[in-house]
Amino acid sequence: MIHYALIFAFSCFGLGLLFNLYRIFVAPGVVDRVLALDTMVINIIALLVLYGISSHSGVYFEAALLFAMTGFVSTVAYCKFILRGDIIE
Amino acid sequence: MEQIAEIVISLLLVAAGIFGLVGSYGLLKLPDTMSRLHAPTKATTLGVGGVLIASMLYFWIFRDTLSWHELLITMFLLLTAPITANFIAKAHLHRFGNADDLPDTQTDHIWATFEDEAEELQPVMTRTTPKPAPPKADH
Repeated sequence: MIHYALIFAFSCFGLGLLFNLYRIFVAPGVVDRVLALDTMVINIIALLVLYGISSHSGVYFEAALLFAMTGFVSTVAYCKFILRGDIIE
Repeated sequence: MEQIAEIVISLLLVAAGIFGLVGSYGLLKLPDTMSRLHAPTKATTLGVGGVLIASMLYFWIFRDTLSWHELLITMFLLLTAPITANFIAKAHLHRFGNADDLPDTQTDHIWATFEDEAEELQPVMTRTTPKPAPPKADH
């Protein structure tokens, strides 16, 4: 049963990634692109953890944690760049 | 016991998948940037939380290893999601925002982002207005 639930969750988050990719290409402003990128990182974290469950290995949690940190820092840096035109003043 | 655990984990995974999909679909569907901000920051974070709890239960019950990494990731995501949302909203207000569209603050002050005095204070995230050129000295 877990197998089918895993397949369902994989396809949901994969479809979500495609939606985000579309939003990155077709967006009214740069802020929406940053938001789509942030959502993409969150979806990728979910996919990594799901892959960790399906392959019975705990290695992927470290990867997910790294993704979470770099995603957060990059989003904040991007917003800072939009706000000030510079990241570290 | 294992049967129940299997059902619970499957339900969590399915719910998480639906939440993640709704969050990403809301990014396309909702009409403007400020409402689009809601979908990913709330629904998708909940979806990831569901996946992480399911993974924690799975490794606990079927692999006999209780790993705390998932809890760490969940905490990190729950802490950072509001910060990123706030930052993105602020960036949006600065670039495209119109002070007249915002609701009244019900206080003596206007929205902090648009306050002019904030320009002189040291924390620097304010709307930048071009300074007038210094007057040239007459010769």
